[in-house]
Amino acid sequence: MKGYMRYFGKKLIWFIITFIAAFLLNFILPRLMPGDPVAAIVARLAQGQSNASGVQAIYEQYTELFGTNEPMYTQFLLYVKNVFQGDFGFSFSQYPRSVADVLRSSIWWTVILQFPAIIIGWILGNSLGALAAYRKGWYDRLILPVSIFASALPAFGMATILLVIFGVTLKWLPTSGGYDVSMIPKLNWAYIWSVVVHYQLPFWSIVLIAIGGQAIGMRSMSIYELHADYVKYSRFLGVKDNKIVRYVFRNAMLPQITGLALALGTMVGGALIAEIVFSYPGLGTILYNGIMGQDYPLISATTLIITIMVLIATFAIEILYGFIDPRIKAAQSD
Amino acid sequence: MKKTIRQIFHSPKFVVGFCMFMFILLTVAIYPLFIKDKPLTIISQGTFVPPGIYVNVYDSLNTKPYTLMLDAAAAKRIASKLSPDDRIAIKEWLVAVGILENQIDTTDTKSLLELWGNNYDPKKQLPGMTYAKTRYYQRLNAALEGILSTEGVTIAATDTLTGTLQAKATVKQSDYVNINEVPNKRVLLLGTDNFGRDVMTEIITATGVSLLIGIIAGLIATGIGLILGLAAGYIGGVVDDIVMFFTNLFTVIPTIVLLILISFSIGQESRGPVAIAVVIGFTSWVWTTRSVRAQVISLRNRDHVSLSKLSGHPVIRIIFTDILPYIASYVFMALILQISSAILIEASLSILGLGPRTTEVPTLGLMLNWAFIYQAQILGKWWAYLPVIIIIALVSFSLNLMNTGLDQVYNPALRD
Repeated sequence: MKGYMRYFGKKLIWFIITFIAAFLLNFILPRLMPGDPVAAIVARLAQGQSNASGVQAIYEQYTELFGTNEPMYTQFLLYVKNVFQGDFGFSFSQYPRSVADVLRSSIWWTVILQFPAIIIGWILGNSLGALAAYRKGWYDRLILPVSIFASALPAFGMATILLVIFGVTLKWLPTSGGYDVSMIPKLNWAYIWSVVVHYQLPFWSIVLIAIGGQAIGMRSMSIYELHADYVKYSRFLGVKDNKIVRYVFRNAMLPQITGLALALGTMVGGALIAEIVFSYPGLGTILYNGIMGQDYPLISATTLIITIMVLIATFAIEILYGFIDPRIKAAQSD
Repeated sequence: MKKTIRQIFHSPKFVVGFCMFMFILLTVAIYPLFIKDKPLTIISQGTFVPPGIYVNVYDSLNTKPYTLMLDAAAAKRIASKLSPDDRIAIKEWLVAVGILENQIDTTDTKSLLELWGNNYDPKKQLPGMTYAKTRYYQRLNAALEGILSTEGVTIAATDTLTGTLQAKATVKQSDYVNINEVPNKRVLLLGTDNFGRDVMTEIITATGVSLLIGIIAGLIATGIGLILGLAAGYIGGVVDDIVMFFTNLFTVIPTIVLLILISFSIGQESRGPVAIAVVIGFTSWVWTTRSVRAQVISLRNRDHVSLSKLSGHPVIRIIFTDILPYIASYVFMALILQISSAILIEASLSILGLGPRTTEVPTLGLMLNWAFIYQAQILGKWWAYLPVIIIIALVSFSLNLMNTGLDQVYNPALRD
């Protein structure tokens, strides 16, 4: 277990470092704007805001919250304190609501949508890629270009095409929202059914995009492994084909798991945009509304939460990888 | 070199991708030579004018008519006003007001219209009928007026002195104008967008701008990646540690988050296409750095590099003559992928409303953003978004195909 603990410790330290870095970036980047950030924010906001007392209240609250007249490190300490209390301030575009209030429910919509979609897309993509590498012939010639095309199609393109075909033209599935607008979220069958129906289009558009990219990677990996010396040696020894294939795909799988951890950020980015196309009530749509409403606190909080979610997921995958990769297990005996 | 190029052009995947890319590039280059309109000129009143050939009505009235005796003309005229769906809708109404179903023949236009004329009452509200449906019947009724008439239409103009109408000409049903003789016509291959701008002209300019963004961002990202990768891989030690620290950091922090924060911070006014390209370039160098570093490390201890070192060649020369030629193919492939992903990233940013400012030039992402804001996808205005998605997919597909082709040339194991 010692080798594994060392691996785990290293990954944990790395997780903490990235977390701090993400946090710092979220704090610093917007402050690189010349001039008083709060004044700039409120000036932008005031263009569309008719409620003068609201503007004043926001200005005062933010000057106090960010402490813009204080030195940078005091501002940072304030920021840290506020974030850890879950206090992201008021939302500009949805003023009197607080940012935490706006975000609370949408986090779950995003987790429930993206987590299964990315996992299923990854599994399907890897199976197809492995098959293409193993079966070769017409199957490979079909899968590879289709995969390249699917991964070349941007997430919003796939989402729009599915929306137009199944939502607008065939009218099989609803085109927007997370559940029927006439319903009040309550735990009954009608509501659950409505959620399931609204779930389909965003889900499959994320899955289809993930399949393409993963299939290409897995195909190359499997081909490399199929040409490796140990395969030739096993064939020479007369090991059964089934057994060799199992070894090959287990070995090809390992880099794919690391690949998933590394590609997660990009995948989540695409999935957020798919959410926007379907007005799915997750973080993507919130982010979009925030940008449209020039709502700085909302954008800042959403990006921070997205980053943290991706970091946690990456960390989880790496921990899991430690259990699967025999080389880390082997380190125990050292 | 010559041999490599010949080999590359023998890869079918590369050739297909290359031809597609060149076709797009040539279209972008040649189209403006023939059509000199500015891409963002508003040419139509109202939004989403459908694709087609537009002929000026006033001019065609003043153009010499020819008489053509075409049999199907009347039938076509009726069909354009009274579709099979309309006939079924008429039948529904007639059944609802109490006509027996076997008395209604939807194929016999004359008797159907007679029944309709006798039984339709625009003020009548049928039970359970939606307002939209009621309005549909009112529109249908108005469209059907005079549908069976065989007489022509009289054109009248207002007399400037008396203010009365004076007949100028009669247009017979068998009158035709030759489209070549009508002075004002406009082909809108892809209709107009939500602001009433020609989508075809717009999309070709936008493709050019997006390619430019892709190339600038790709060059920046590849340049940074190459320099950092070389430094980390060749120098090693502390430099390697520092570079790898930042590379690992920016691999896990989602690029889209950085892009959103930076684009939002620099503000709408200073966000031009080039600024966006630079921002994309500076946020997507991590993958190139990683791979260049890995390649350089494997090259660093090869014999020819060691020999060069022993001969006392300066580092710069070793890098240029002993390392770069070996990773050139790889860097070129990375550049292709960077261009393709930069185009996709620009589109994503623009959809989020953080793309280049909108007043000067369109980009593919901005066009999608406009189409989505005006709900083109829900309203069925396919020409506003579908061509854009297809172009993005084709550009990205052709670049990826070229990359796969190159990959198969340089890594023979991947070949079929």
